[in-house]
Amino acid sequence: MTGLRFQGITRQFGARRAVDGVDLTIQPGEFFSLLGPSGSGKSTLLRIAAGLEHPDAGTVMLGERDITALPPQERGIGMVFQNYALFPHMTVAENVSFGLRLRRIPVHEVAARTDEALTRVALVDRKHANVASLSGGEQQRVAVARALVIEPDVLLFDEPLSNLDVTLRQRTRTEIRALQKRTGITTLYVTHDQAEALSISDRVAVIHDGMVEQVGTPSELYYAPATAFVASFLGWDNRLEGIVDAGERTVKLKDLPVVLPGAFAGTLSGAVHVLLLPEMVHVVPEGTEAWLTGSVESFEFRGASVVLAIRLGAVVLQAIVTGDAARLPWSEGQQVGIDIGWKSAKVFPKDIL
Amino acid sequence: MNILRKVPAFVLLFFLVGYVAYPFAMMISRSLSVGGSLSFQRYLQLLDPSTQANLEAVVNSVGVSLLSVFTSAIVGTVLALVLTQLEFVGRGVLARLAILPIGLPPLVGAIAILLAFGESGVVPRLANEIGFWGIRMPGLSGFSGILVVHTYSFSVYFYLMVAAALREFDGAQLEAASTLGAGPWYVFRRILIPGLRPSLLGASTLTFMASMASFTAPLLFAGERRFLTLQIYFTKLNGDLDMAAAQSVLLAAVSVLFFIMARGMSGEHTGRAATKGVSRRAQIALPSSLRRVAVVISYALIGISMLPFLVILMLSFAKEGSWTWQILPQEYTLQNYFGFVSDPRVYEPVLNSTWMALVTMIVAGGVGLGIAWGVHRNRPGKVAGLIEVFLSAPYAFPGTVVAIALIQAFGGLTLTDSQWSMDNGLLMILGGTLVGTPWILLIAYVIRTYPLVLQPASAALAVLDPALPEAAASLGASRMRTFWSIILPAIRPAVLSGVLLAGIMAIGEFVASVLLYSFDTRPISVEIFSQLRVFNIGSAAAYSVVLLFLVLGMIAVLPDREIDRA
Repeated sequence: MTGLRFQGITRQFGARRAVDGVDLTIQPGEFFSLLGPSGSGKSTLLRIAAGLEHPDAGTVMLGERDITALPPQERGIGMVFQNYALFPHMTVAENVSFGLRLRRIPVHEVAARTDEALTRVALVDRKHANVASLSGGEQQRVAVARALVIEPDVLLFDEPLSNLDVTLRQRTRTEIRALQKRTGITTLYVTHDQAEALSISDRVAVIHDGMVEQVGTPSELYYAPATAFVASFLGWDNRLEGIVDAGERTVKLKDLPVVLPGAFAGTLSGAVHVLLLPEMVHVVPEGTEAWLTGSVESFEFRGASVVLAIRLGAVVLQAIVTGDAARLPWSEGQQVGIDIGWKSAKVFPKDIL
Repeated sequence: MNILRKVPAFVLLFFLVGYVAYPFAMMISRSLSVGGSLSFQRYLQLLDPSTQANLEAVVNSVGVSLLSVFTSAIVGTVLALVLTQLEFVGRGVLARLAILPIGLPPLVGAIAILLAFGESGVVPRLANEIGFWGIRMPGLSGFSGILVVHTYSFSVYFYLMVAAALREFDGAQLEAASTLGAGPWYVFRRILIPGLRPSLLGASTLTFMASMASFTAPLLFAGERRFLTLQIYFTKLNGDLDMAAAQSVLLAAVSVLFFIMARGMSGEHTGRAATKGVSRRAQIALPSSLRRVAVVISYALIGISMLPFLVILMLSFAKEGSWTWQILPQEYTLQNYFGFVSDPRVYEPVLNSTWMALVTMIVAGGVGLGIAWGVHRNRPGKVAGLIEVFLSAPYAFPGTVVAIALIQAFGGLTLTDSQWSMDNGLLMILGGTLVGTPWILLIAYVIRTYPLVLQPASAALAVLDPALPEAAASLGASRMRTFWSIILPAIRPAVLSGVLLAGIMAIGEFVASVLLYSFDTRPISVEIFSQLRVFNIGSAAAYSVVLLFLVLGMIAVLPDREIDRA
């Protein structure tokens, strides 16, 4: 197993810095995701790893090898493309064996390894099919088999699920994760879907404007976002305005009668944003004494849970209700009592958002 | 009211049956009729090995056409690859110059090349005067001349089709191949070329058929060699119209055969991505030395192709008789251009060509658009495609064949039987003897050009959102109203570009004209040829320049926006 390392990678497109001084280390055998909105530079970083794009500064290390100047065909890196990039004039088996044939491997071994790779993605019975006749999900699996069969040191995925419909997307990401666990191959995965990144990865780097905002395990990122951008990208949808009292170092909220202790303010001063995950806003069962009362402005039924938008004076808070409460007949204008888990709240300077 | 609405359809049908189907049927039936009864005698005579002339013509025509496909493919594909794959100074200008031949009257191109590179052309004279290491530069003649003219005129098919395919090519495929370990050359051979296969085959078909139909290049360069189109021309000049008809059928048959073969070879794969989604522009990673060589080659190719036009522009100012053995004409004058404003005998061909081109644009536009709309509305789907291919066929027929068919149909009453015959009856309905009148030229032009409108118009109709007319109807628009205010504006760029191409083709048409003209109706192209034949080089060059400016003028009239949209 081999690790992958980016050191001071910068890539300029005209006046725009697509990648701006990125340092990242992907451990051997790790499933690592680059998560960010479109245009954040995550795909450019992936293409730099593949050798399809060349950095203006910095080095790419594959294990102990400096591969910065190597062309893609000499890197031994497998890549799964967003549109799969299957060769339309070749069959499934010809697509998968393409890389093996280039390596001058004996014919019988090519056939055996192609079959093995296709078995792994459960497509061995379609090996003589025309790739255009496959469904989107099958094409995606051919693309994975084609990248895996050459036994690359690192496997790269460029938004591989974005052309699939929702149910297939969830099933396929589970398959990809299982395959990676079985083969233990170092994997770098690009996505703009935070749920996908969090569910599939060992570690995630959140990329914004060509820079790394935060690197961590999915739960570190989710519960301890380091920046306001990471927090809002990962679903900290409740945002309250506040101000840091210069003397007492407390955080006073503008629209709710709450003062948070100095620990929250840290080194901040002036106007701030206080961020909360929807699950930190608790709806109190009827009859229990509540801290505040609001009215339901709208609700979204999502099966296992219901998402409520609750108005409290000037602000509207998102709350998630699960379990028995999700089965209640919610209605607009209904009065609900709420409680807030303030100790998990995050405070960030205001001017950034 | 209902009857009135059908009038355009009847007019269209009358034209198609009377002036397209009937002449071709007539040509075939005449070629098969000997002394009033059915006989294959003429065809047996054509293919008889003991009289070699026709067989030699077939072999020469097919041979030069195959070679033309080969040379055009190399030149056109190289230019397309260089001009789409590489960024360099002057790329935009080169890309514009590369498509010039599409609007260029074939006769002008051939004459320009003859005068620049022919046996007594400017360049060989110059080269032999300088004397590069004592090697004599022979100048183009025979096969080499025809091949150069064909490559010049037809490589643009490869250029356009390959460049279009490259723009649609899914670049991620090339990247995928390289991540799997393929070097640039391997990617080129195994991924890019297979993806371009449909375009290469399509362009090969077009080039082969155009080369088979080519008349001007053999006429100017063939010398003693025989070619099928020339053979038809000489047979007609000798007055054996029925034999000319048989030769025409043979020529059309060879073209169609090749067309069918190419259809059979083409697979359905293109380089387009198998799935939807973002696809990246195709880009092959080439070493920079190779890039530089490729750019230099493109500059050289396009530079050489521009040279003949400088030569023809210069010769248009040459005083007649002042260019005998010298490298360049010795005296220059504006005399060759004076006639265009003062002498009716000089400017008459210009007027003829202009008004006939304008009428052709209108009629071909109406016919092409009418067929496209009629087929689209009444027979959507698979059948529509077949009908369209069938109705576009006249474009594939060589101009010589069209002319012979029209002569056979409208040459005059059949004199063999004095009483009323079916042929004569039809002829009277369709306008009587048309040969010798401008109408015969106009019919030939329209037959040859309406597919140029039909093709883009039906392509535009095919991609038109079918919900558009439905939306218009739901808002209360009648079918007429929908056509005029919804359909027509949507397909206007396609129709306009087709009409423009029809006009360009008509104004410089030579192949059919030279068989159908009379002195009063002679178009520019025929006049150029007549002047050339009596060695009035300056005058022929001046006519060529005028024709070139007329074509450029037509292109300029159409706003860029419309061309871009088309």
